[in-house]
Amino acid sequence: MNWVNVTVQGILLGGLYALFAIGLALVFGVMRLVNLAHGDLGILAAFITLGLLRSGHLGLWPAALLSVVIMFAVGYVLQRGLLNFTLGTDDTRPIVVTFGLAIIIQNALLLTFSADEQGLDAGRIETASIRINSHLAIGWYPLLVFVLAVVMVAAVQTFLNRTKLGRAFRATSDDREAAELMGMNNRHIYALAMAVSLGTVAIGGIALAIRTSFDPTSGSFNLIYAFEAVIMGGMGSLWGTLLGGVVLGLAQTLGSQAFGSGWGIVCGNVVFLIVLAFRPSGFFARTVTA
Amino acid sequence: MISGNSASAGERPVTGSGVGLPAFRVSRSTRLHLFVLVVSVLIVVGLVSVPMWAQVSVTRTLITLFGLVALAQMWNLLAGFAGLISVGQQAYIGIGAYGLWFFGDELHMQSFVAAVLAAALAALIALCIAPLLFRLRGGYFAIGTWVFAVIVMLIVSNIQATGGGSGTTLNSVANMSRDTRIFGTYWMGLAVAAGSILAVYLLLRSKRGLALTAIRDNTLAAQSSGVNVFRSKLIAYVIAAFGCAAMGAVVALNLLFIQPASSFSVNWTAYAIVIVVIGGLGSIEGPILGAIIYFALQQTLSQYGSTYFLLLGVIAVVMATKVSRGLWGLVTDRWDLHLFPVRRGLVLGSPPKEKPTADEKPVPAGQATP
Repeated sequence: MNWVNVTVQGILLGGLYALFAIGLALVFGVMRLVNLAHGDLGILAAFITLGLLRSGHLGLWPAALLSVVIMFAVGYVLQRGLLNFTLGTDDTRPIVVTFGLAIIIQNALLLTFSADEQGLDAGRIETASIRINSHLAIGWYPLLVFVLAVVMVAAVQTFLNRTKLGRAFRATSDDREAAELMGMNNRHIYALAMAVSLGTVAIGGIALAIRTSFDPTSGSFNLIYAFEAVIMGGMGSLWGTLLGGVVLGLAQTLGSQAFGSGWGIVCGNVVFLIVLAFRPSGFFARTVTA
Repeated sequence: MISGNSASAGERPVTGSGVGLPAFRVSRSTRLHLFVLVVSVLIVVGLVSVPMWAQVSVTRTLITLFGLVALAQMWNLLAGFAGLISVGQQAYIGIGAYGLWFFGDELHMQSFVAAVLAAALAALIALCIAPLLFRLRGGYFAIGTWVFAVIVMLIVSNIQATGGGSGTTLNSVANMSRDTRIFGTYWMGLAVAAGSILAVYLLLRSKRGLALTAIRDNTLAAQSSGVNVFRSKLIAYVIAAFGCAAMGAVVALNLLFIQPASSFSVNWTAYAIVIVVIGGLGSIEGPILGAIIYFALQQTLSQYGSTYFLLLGVIAVVMATKVSRGLWGLVTDRWDLHLFPVRRGLVLGSPPKEKPTADEKPVPAGQATP
């Protein structure tokens, strides 16, 4: 019965990875930008929340909400003020710049908050669980994060499919010149896409920070998990990304159950390589939509 | 069509004067290059002699510089020519270090032989993993290489025999006589640095190098001209794996101690990126210049820890956005100076030095692809 428990944990963990992955997939879809600082920006949101809490005026949830709003604004400014200038024919530049940003964020956080492990305390909800039977208990908090991930995927997907702005995102993704000719301001669209991306990754970062301890270097692994979820799910499908996250979460928890805790993350990565080998376009590949 | 029949001193006179065209020849070397060759040989000879008269601290510091030069050349070969931006070369640096441990401490081979075998092992691993990683493009390829490095690191850390996460001392290296170790490591480091420059130089002068340059400039156009993009990239990737592993082995020989967190550290990629963006992408001179400047930065500022890394990040962002061709790019923009004769140039007005010989036949279309 322990395996059932582990399986459920794995699926729920996948929701957390999906929260990190949505934004990565979105900016790649809209402007073919792979943001190597994505994971670190999520952790930055967790530290902003921590900083707001320490300033003493806000509780956890208002601080978390404010952090998401701040990251939304950071996303817009970052894209408009820096990353838009790296887009073009040259592949190297955006990668070097976002990698540089990742280094800057990590070390700025190290200087401000030290290398100590931190945590965000959400109170009783962290430990409360629903007892199904004597062997299986589902934690409220992981379940909540998973539901949040499903809601976010549905919301972003609906936004892309149904709203005018979502249509603009898809149009620039399909053909940036044509979209520009139709009177759209691509630089503004890209900045909005990055804002949405960082808003979602902020939610992921804060969700992670409540779940486990975190430190300034936690971002790289989150980038890698988000990336694996995106590739396994198939580019262009956010529901696929959620599934990719679930597969990764399952591989990690089942792997550590089977081979010992050190091998869980190895198993997640190996499953990713296997999917890449046998189904390189992912579970639900759709090439052009965002 | 440039083919076969190379003439003396690096000159390659091809297709003389056509009807109505001024006389011209295709040339790569100039008198400057002869001078550069002489100076390079003198520098290398000078460097070879260093351990005979300098203190150990000097040779140790120079080994660090050699490592940076090799790392930068290899990263530039990937990013600057093959269009492969890797943030995972630390996989091969670590394989070099742990390969040295495996062949030396476990299989009891002579350490320098073990280092070469470790590099060969890395090349073999690169050959196997490349087809998988090449399924990813651009930025996703970059993260894919990182994932691979993380996998190798996790596997190494989980094996008990390697000492796990806390690392291990290289006993086979430590047990060598002191002079053999210091002289041998230094010369090996020098060989790796000089060898990486020479390898990139020779590769770029070859037909394959022409293909790589074409891929760098426009992958689609290169492909439609018949360049085998996959194979060209594969060759660059495998060479880079060999070079990085050799460099990793030298670093391990120098430190006598290996640890997954440092051998497989993503900081290696940070150094490579910073060096190459300072010096300039897509030339041989750029990474050398960048490595020297970065080395000076490291020697003076690395004591500041996080602030120093913060500065590296800022340098990467600023150079990539403002001076995207690097410092060497500024030099070539101003003076059209190229120290290494890897470019082919037309010399107008001078008659061909040599008539095309019989064996310089037009290449059949099917075989023209490198």
